[in-house]
Amino acid sequence: MIRLVDVSFWYADTDVPTLDGVGLTIDEGELVLVVGRTGSGKSTLLGTLNGLVPHFSGGHLQGRVTVDGVSTAERPPRELAHVVGVVGQDPLAGFVTDTVEEELAYGMEQLGLRPDVMRRRVEETLDLLGIADLRGRPLRTLSGGQQQRVAIGSVLTMHPRVVVLDEPTSALDPTAAEDVLATLKRLVDDLGTTVVLAEHRMERVVPFADTMVVVRGDGGVDVGPPTDVLRRSEIAPPLVELGRVAGWDPLPLSVRDARRAAGPLRDRLATTPAPSVPELRGAEVLSARGVVVRHGATVAVRGVDLDLRRGEVVALMGRNGSGKSSLLWALQGSGARQGGTVAVDDAGQQVDPKRLGPRAARRHVGLVPQTASDLLYLETVDAECAAGDEESGAPAGSCRALLDRLAPGVVGDRHPRDLSEGQRLALVLSVQLCAAPPVLLLDEPTRGLDYDAKRVFARTVRTLADEGRAIVVATHDVELVAVTADRAVVLAEGEVVSAGATRDVLAGSPAFAPQVAKVLGEPWLTVDEVAAAVGAVP
Amino acid sequence: MTGATVRRAGLPRDLHPGAWWLWALGLATAASRTTNPWLLLLILTVACHVVVVRRSDAPWAMAFRLYLYLGLAIVLLRVAFRVLLGGDTAGTVLVPLPTVPLPDWVAGIQLLGDVTAEAVLAGLYDGLRLATMVVCLGAANALANPKRLLASMPGALYEVGTAVVVALSVFPQLAESVQRVRRARRLRASGGGRVNAVRTIVVPVLEDAFDRSLQLAASMDSRGYGRAGAAPRRDRAVTGTLMVTGLLGVCVGVYATLDGTAPRVLAGPVLAVGLVVAAVGFVVAGRRVERTRYRPDRWRLPELLVVASGVGTAVVLFLTSSFDPQDVYPSLTPLTWPPVATLPLVGVLLGVLPSFVAPPPLRTPASGSRATEAVR
Repeated sequence: MIRLVDVSFWYADTDVPTLDGVGLTIDEGELVLVVGRTGSGKSTLLGTLNGLVPHFSGGHLQGRVTVDGVSTAERPPRELAHVVGVVGQDPLAGFVTDTVEEELAYGMEQLGLRPDVMRRRVEETLDLLGIADLRGRPLRTLSGGQQQRVAIGSVLTMHPRVVVLDEPTSALDPTAAEDVLATLKRLVDDLGTTVVLAEHRMERVVPFADTMVVVRGDGGVDVGPPTDVLRRSEIAPPLVELGRVAGWDPLPLSVRDARRAAGPLRDRLATTPAPSVPELRGAEVLSARGVVVRHGATVAVRGVDLDLRRGEVVALMGRNGSGKSSLLWALQGSGARQGGTVAVDDAGQQVDPKRLGPRAARRHVGLVPQTASDLLYLETVDAECAAGDEESGAPAGSCRALLDRLAPGVVGDRHPRDLSEGQRLALVLSVQLCAAPPVLLLDEPTRGLDYDAKRVFARTVRTLADEGRAIVVATHDVELVAVTADRAVVLAEGEVVSAGATRDVLAGSPAFAPQVAKVLGEPWLTVDEVAAAVGAVP
Repeated sequence: MTGATVRRAGLPRDLHPGAWWLWALGLATAASRTTNPWLLLLILTVACHVVVVRRSDAPWAMAFRLYLYLGLAIVLLRVAFRVLLGGDTAGTVLVPLPTVPLPDWVAGIQLLGDVTAEAVLAGLYDGLRLATMVVCLGAANALANPKRLLASMPGALYEVGTAVVVALSVFPQLAESVQRVRRARRLRASGGGRVNAVRTIVVPVLEDAFDRSLQLAASMDSRGYGRAGAAPRRDRAVTGTLMVTGLLGVCVGVYATLDGTAPRVLAGPVLAVGLVVAAVGFVVAGRRVERTRYRPDRWRLPELLVVASGVGTAVVLFLTSSFDPQDVYPSLTPLTWPPVATLPLVGVLLGVLPSFVAPPPLRTPASGSRATEAVR
């Protein structure tokens, strides 16, 4: 179905090839998972499949890419629309029309299909994706998972042989992500569509994948069945790492496989002491009572109580739209808050950050918003650092010193946009930490981070907390929460539905349990704990 | 016509937006041909009645009352200006007022002066006529879905329609980005004066908009936008000339038709020729378009009846104004009670037909509208 023969690609003005001599054959009806670090060339590889690279991106492509027997070099993407459907990372940015039904029909209108065919396919696709009840809804009013499914539907109506998706679930909560992945599985199983998708959070996709492609970052790729590739790969989902620790062969790819292999390990763990629960230390630094946030007629946060102590990391979880962001903004003081109190300890005195000016508030509570790059507006890293010092009234060079600690080796005259996701997050963190707030709130910080960057980030968060800060991380990433958080708070419809030690909150929940807990049951959450208990080196 | 067709025609659906526009333009044209307050008020009533009975619950439908306010403002302004500036006319004095002397260089303009019944009535009739026309256009806006109107444009204008829809969706996005970045800026508490403040907002917002438009372009390209090959240069020149000439003809024709004093040869003939030329242009341009339309609005019997009622009203008032001008232009000197003649009355009442023949509109299910509220 798809053949890449000795494909190399250079972006304009670079000498280093992004892809170098890539050879790849994908058969009909396969589900292919493409992984790799940020900036390794995953998106470039996906772009070659429908000719967006090089027709849209510019640059120089060598070698031959054929899809369904057609060479992408000779045809622009629009002439391949009926063969390859492409779904981008941000579905909203790719929508052309404004209601669900029209969006599904848009591609078919371009193909010039007959009206009765269009009508039938729209209905079929609505049913296939389970979105029939959304047909007349404006696209902007849909939730993230619904938008992503509409985006998939809008290419499916063209009946493409291949569907290419670039991180379709990175912005979704675990349940919505499962929905989208189930949809993709259905395409492969029922329609025989070839699906190629790139994904950072591979643990969710690996069980379905027939083939895995690791984009190494030096221009080359490793291709093979997931079990083989994962045996060699440095980056692996927790399940595979657990398999390595326990010495299972073949490596388990799904929780079900692992559970069946886990009997002996479970017996062994039963005799070892359970992982110790670190007791909460540190003085209380922020106390919120009955916080209420309303946006017009909708209530985003309904009377939430939250206490933060120095030295702890608190994870804030819940589905998209459950009020996590609104709560963080209300705690910081610059967001709306219609009711309740927030008191931050300031050398023995209680102050409400909302009553302080923005300059004083950020000395008490720092917030990194969901789109962290909104905070950056200057041309170079050095300029941002200098502005950070000035805004915080800190001595010159303190922001840069923080940045060097969090992410050593960031070149000062680079444009912030050219940094990797991890480096950019470190820069924003440094700017906010410059004001030395005892409380730091992070809204979905790990979006777009690869496994390595996430590991670095987890370490950073732990260090910052150990230095006496209280840190709140709003996230969908259960594996990250399992590794970093001391406490977890789950919100639903603006109310706290469960709160307590991470272990208690996560292990028992079907939606939030990390893979290790799903295999071994309570109280085990992470591979590191298991490794420590059995005395193996992970 | 069988019973089944009748029943089907009566099912709730959106009427073709073009039909609503033609009906409303017919009423507006009728209003332009008369200053008789009874006829104008009747046209207003007809338009309001049809809007109330046949509008959907979409946001544009709710904007109708703004047009009514605008109409009221027009009438009041017209009368106020007559009183303020037109005190020169002789006639029945209602309120005796002195004239405010103005310097020589504004000769020809006079402030205040005696308020005469003639002046006030002339202002009222004139204002009412303009207000009725505005309200008729408002009715079209309230009844026809603007997006469907774009979608039912001829194939040749497809690209324009797409561009307009994309542009319309950009504005809420830009507003969202500005809001988001402004909030983020407070988190950094960056100072440095107004210039800096603008920059800290404009730079991220523009970057965001730029990224989005690139993503949209990539998405449209990979979904087949612009697939139907480009036409040869000569073809494009021919269609372009045809359309521009045709539309010019239509403009001249419409102007001449509405302005009773223009030479008649400019009215009917030029309008007809212009329409034909433009139509040929659209057909030629549309023929090479290989795209199709999903669920296009079709012209069925109710559409035709709605258009007929609007056009009928216009025609009757045209005829009356040609044969019995005093029925539609009531005399001000001498002051008389405006006459009520049967023919124009019946003509205007034709316009109320859509409230019976047009199908009732689709209403959004409750859940959908609630979600829209939440986002707003």
